[in-house]
Amino acid sequence: MIELSTVSEVGNVGLSNKGDRATYLQTLLHLRVPLHESLAGLQVIRDRATARVQELAIPSTRDEAWRFADLSPLLQADLQSVDVHPTLGFPHIKPFIVPEAVSSRLVFVNGVYDPALSAVDGLPDGVLVSNLGTAAAFKDLSPHLAQQPGAEEVFTTLNTASFTDGALVWVEKDQVIDKPIQILYVSTATQPAIAHPRCLIVAQLGSKLTLIEDFVTLHEGVYFTNSVTEIVVADNAEVNHTRIQRDSSEAVHIGKTIATQAQNSRYTCNAISFGGKLSRHNLEVYQTGEQTDTVLNGLTMITGNQVSDTHSAIAFTKPHSTSRQIHKCIVDDHAHAIFNGKVLVPKAAQLTNAGQLSKTLLLSPKARIDTKPQLEIVADNVKCAHGATVSQLDTDEVFYLQSRGIDEASSRKLLTFAFAYEVIDQIPVTSLKAQLSAIARSPQS
Amino acid sequence: MIREHSEVILAVKNLTAEVEGTPILKGLNLEVKAGEIHAIMGPNGSGKSTFSKVLAGHPDYTVTGGEVTYLGQNLLELEAEDRSRSGIFLAFQYPIEIPGVSNLDFLRVAYNSKRKFAGLDELDIFDFEDLVQQKLDVVKMNPAFLDRSVNEGFSGGEKKRNEILQMALLEPKLAILDETDSGLDIDALRIVSAGVNQLMTTENAVVLITHYQRLLDYIVPDYVHVMEGGQIVTTGGKELALELEERGYTWIREEEVAAR
Repeated sequence: MIELSTVSEVGNVGLSNKGDRATYLQTLLHLRVPLHESLAGLQVIRDRATARVQELAIPSTRDEAWRFADLSPLLQADLQSVDVHPTLGFPHIKPFIVPEAVSSRLVFVNGVYDPALSAVDGLPDGVLVSNLGTAAAFKDLSPHLAQQPGAEEVFTTLNTASFTDGALVWVEKDQVIDKPIQILYVSTATQPAIAHPRCLIVAQLGSKLTLIEDFVTLHEGVYFTNSVTEIVVADNAEVNHTRIQRDSSEAVHIGKTIATQAQNSRYTCNAISFGGKLSRHNLEVYQTGEQTDTVLNGLTMITGNQVSDTHSAIAFTKPHSTSRQIHKCIVDDHAHAIFNGKVLVPKAAQLTNAGQLSKTLLLSPKARIDTKPQLEIVADNVKCAHGATVSQLDTDEVFYLQSRGIDEASSRKLLTFAFAYEVIDQIPVTSLKAQLSAIARSPQS
Repeated sequence: MIREHSEVILAVKNLTAEVEGTPILKGLNLEVKAGEIHAIMGPNGSGKSTFSKVLAGHPDYTVTGGEVTYLGQNLLELEAEDRSRSGIFLAFQYPIEIPGVSNLDFLRVAYNSKRKFAGLDELDIFDFEDLVQQKLDVVKMNPAFLDRSVNEGFSGGEKKRNEILQMALLEPKLAILDETDSGLDIDALRIVSAGVNQLMTTENAVVLITHYQRLLDYIVPDYVHVMEGGQIVTTGGKELALELEERGYTWIREEEVAAR
């Protein structure tokens, strides 16, 4: 099996405080609450992960995969387990509900499923959208949960050992679901809570699905979201996935998306990241069949002292497959963006066509980007291209707008938005595209 | 149209300017009155485009000497956006593309910033749409272009037509057209020229910067100036352009040398 992500173990990290970081991971584990009672069948998976956590530690910047993303904000947060669950009404979450998905949505509050805020009555037969606890009565989840490559990574393991419930979208064979399905993760930020959202998507043979995952907050505040989303795309199926991370700028967000794609399948991920004091998206795609197509569109837009890291990996294993990736970062003020784009093309994956482009706009002299393509190509008959650009706003472009009577500050905002729009435009849900455009047009700074 | 007593719109005296420390304009003089069309021709590198950018206020160009008076005020004190709002319009040789911003929105923002500057109420979206529909005809533009992103995926000719559409909306006192004819086929050239001619009145003026005499068959200038080494070295009527087309620029240089 190809190693998708670096696993750090206490034993091979030579830092004096490794014990502290292992202890801290234990502390995080102890904040968990018991597994949802109807998920007893998953207890063995949870126990295995719990045992595994004992061997791990929170990574440090000595670990190559975390070299630029210093986890100090996580170590300093005085996290608590959530015991009091707020009662939210629909008006609280209404601004975040995509109108197209008003009757095809699941809502989680501080990581806990909220049936009153969820509504799935607008869906046809052939698709099951539910919390894991309820779904366990109808579907055997154990062949899918925590079974994909990279499940042993430290934060993924912590999630597997800690999650209590989660979201399930299961599309039956040949079903085409036109309505987008929205999974909304709301943080109330009323206390430094820790949440482990878990999501499983299964798109059976020949099915088609549009998925929106949206991480939002009602207030600014310190909390930790550690999410894992697992996506299984069967033969000839198609999943279009939009993932928006707009957590509090004081929060720590670590998110994993893993998609396994069988032959002739298509997976698109539009990942937009605005929030978090420290955010990390581990986006991993594992192709298992021929003629498989992967499209990754990423946008990170940060300011202040935010740090946002995207580590993506696409692993090819069979011939005749393709991938296209564009990752854009807009970095303002003292913010720091990181992009690492791994593409693995082993000997068996002949005639692969993979393209990767990283484009960054630095809006301030103190803004920083670390961007790195990481192509590991063994096959000899492939087409793999990559490129990276880092730039500032072009004086001639700003001047063009000024020469039309638009003041300099507005001109800069407009051009920054235009840079972001290339990615936002890929989102297949009209209202969401408009909503994100509005955010990108007048960012918080 | 040359009329003796018409208002002076632009007076440039002994203007010198540089970009990144390299002097480009070296003592340029020009006077433009209401109702006049001026063509500025000259070889590559003579400073034509620099002159247009200096007038419009591009921040990369530094004025090192001389004066530019626009409608009696010192133009060089104004920011680029205020020059535009005061009635100076530069049609770009290479208009930029702005993905995600509809042409209609862009035109409305530009139009309203000018109105606001003049102390007028901004037009709402409906009134503005009515206005823009009338102006589309000036450049025979398909209304579908209003909903598209600014210049994105437009052909060269469509971009230039879009520039003239902006000119039609902003109704400038002084329009500077920087190589608006470059890259246009003959049909597009006719449409763009007809648009400019329609917008010309006795109250405003146009400065055309061009390499080719061809444009001047469609927009007939009152004056033709030849630029060379950052100065205007010769001024004549429209027949000068024909002579330049036939004989090139070298004879002007020779005559200039002989005259010394």
